[in-house]
Amino acid sequence: MSMTTSEITGKSMLQVLRGHGGVVALVAILLFNMAFTPNFFQLQTLFVNISQVATIAIVAMGMTLVIATGGIDLSVGAIMALAGALAPLIFLSEFGTAYPVLGVALAIALPLLVALACGLFNGIMVAKLNVQPIIATLILFISGRGVAQVLTNGNLQTFSNPQFSYLGTGKILGLPFQGWLAVAIAVVLYLVISRTTFGRYVLAIGGNERAARLSGGPVARVKIGVYMICGALAGLAGLIVVAINSASDAARNGSLMELDAIAAAVVGGALLQGGRAPIFGAILGAVIIQLVKYTLLANGVEDEVALIAKAGIILVAVYVQQARKE
Amino acid sequence: MLNSDAFDLRKYMQRHPQSVAVWIALLALILFGVLRYDNFGGSYNFGSFLNYNSMFIVIALGMCFVIITGGIDLSVGSVAAFSSVIAAYLSPYGIEVALPLAVLVGMSFGAFNAFCIIALRIPPFIATLATMLGAKGAALVISGASTVAVDWGSNFTNMGMNKALGLFPWSIVLVTVVGIALWIVLEMTSLGRTILAIGGGEDASKLMGLKVNRAKAFVYIISGGCAGLAGVILASGFGAGQPLEGVAWELSAIAAVVVGGTLLTGGLGSIPATVAGALLLGLVFNILNFENGRGTISFSAYWQMVIRGMFLFAVILFQTRMTKGQKSKGASA
Repeated sequence: MSMTTSEITGKSMLQVLRGHGGVVALVAILLFNMAFTPNFFQLQTLFVNISQVATIAIVAMGMTLVIATGGIDLSVGAIMALAGALAPLIFLSEFGTAYPVLGVALAIALPLLVALACGLFNGIMVAKLNVQPIIATLILFISGRGVAQVLTNGNLQTFSNPQFSYLGTGKILGLPFQGWLAVAIAVVLYLVISRTTFGRYVLAIGGNERAARLSGGPVARVKIGVYMICGALAGLAGLIVVAINSASDAARNGSLMELDAIAAAVVGGALLQGGRAPIFGAILGAVIIQLVKYTLLANGVEDEVALIAKAGIILVAVYVQQARKE
Repeated sequence: MLNSDAFDLRKYMQRHPQSVAVWIALLALILFGVLRYDNFGGSYNFGSFLNYNSMFIVIALGMCFVIITGGIDLSVGSVAAFSSVIAAYLSPYGIEVALPLAVLVGMSFGAFNAFCIIALRIPPFIATLATMLGAKGAALVISGASTVAVDWGSNFTNMGMNKALGLFPWSIVLVTVVGIALWIVLEMTSLGRTILAIGGGEDASKLMGLKVNRAKAFVYIISGGCAGLAGVILASGFGAGQPLEGVAWELSAIAAVVVGGTLLTGGLGSIPATVAGALLLGLVFNILNFENGRGTISFSAYWQMVIRGMFLFAVILFQTRMTKGQKSKGASA
């Protein structure tokens, strides 16, 4: 079979996209905004976008680790809702109002523990019971948000609690606190992946699970660990969203976040078959996803059409990544 | 390639041990309901139960085909919502126009899924997730994000509101016909054999010269068509196209298929057991509603999601134990 020239140029264009697709997309979006979006280069715009990017990026980094093992976690949005529903319940309770400092500390620690436990559940289902990740995480995807709504009776919980809200509204050196948090998490995860045996096993499992198991690796433990990290990060993101809004809405918190996170991870260079964990890529992916959302919104595109655009981005990103393996 | 064993009851029971358990559970629950509640066996509950659940049964049928090939279709809920809007717009022309066109619309979403999965090699859950978003967005765009009233003057609402023999809603009659047709396809045709073979091992099926891509395209198009039909039933039964409906329908369908004993890893599945699984899930909620009515328990709507998730969990646990037993014994089969 001979190749025509158009096929060859098509192939090499695909290769360029594969290597630097994220950066190319980012530059394109920025150029578009410079030309068409009013008031794009203002501090206010930057703050709004950083605080939104941070939550997507934090979840996407956990998702990247899960995807690196060849898995997927659909329950992140539900875990966000659950953690986000628990926090106000704790610091608004009698105990929480009697001991405000301890109340806020518990309102952060307990939801994170619950999120960690959700990740443990997912991990055991996948690693010990050998249930496919999509189905295993579907259980919490369904019931996690249900539990959050049962706990709050489906009500919107509003509050005024400056200490807790620092998670979402605080600033360090003039930039949003959660932006710094996301960067710190990225650095830690990057070191974990590149410098520890745990990290090496994460990549090995995704590369070839059988080989990793036959060479005596703690495959089940590493997989469970990855889902726990993903769960805890989703819980943290849920707390941040609640802190930003000074309100917790179990029906909306983290809704469709699994899609944003998967899209960000894939745009950032994660392979769905596993074996790669581009942590900083996940942040780049999150920035792109958020900028696309912002661009559509700022230019008056309806939410419904934005959904279709997001679907298109996911398909293109996965297609471009997918061809890499062949 | 006719397979005469397919409808032999004893062989069927041997091949699908879990489905026997599902049928027994179903009968036990019906008996429980009839004995415990006054109106449970009445024609009103009977009719509305079947009418409402016909949507979930038909979606589960399509999902069953997809899962047998080892795939998944997460787009069914949004596709049903989109089709319900299309059906509502077409309702003035009567059911004979609205039904086939809305099903065709569902099938074209299925064809898009098939294209992404087969030609672009995008994993099924990503492709159908994207279609889920796209179809939802499209449904909101064409409906202006609100329900679309159907034309009550035409015969469109007959299907969801009237009953055959005064007992069986037309929707369930139609779904039964679809179910029997799909059962025949799966058990008695070479296409059905290919679908089962793909789930057993896609590469091996290709090497054996089976038309794998054609069969895969078929299952996703059928799943889309089933979702389209569910959309028509939705619009017809509630008198409106519902762009916001369909949320978490894919989960109900997957749960029904799994309850029916179809292996999530593909390669094994049964149409009647899937129907039984869908009925069992529906019946659990029907009975919970009756309990709510008696005031013994009070479950908010939010509990439904929790219970659905726990149900899926229980079934998966059950299935992992079953398959462990089967693997050791059925490796040669």
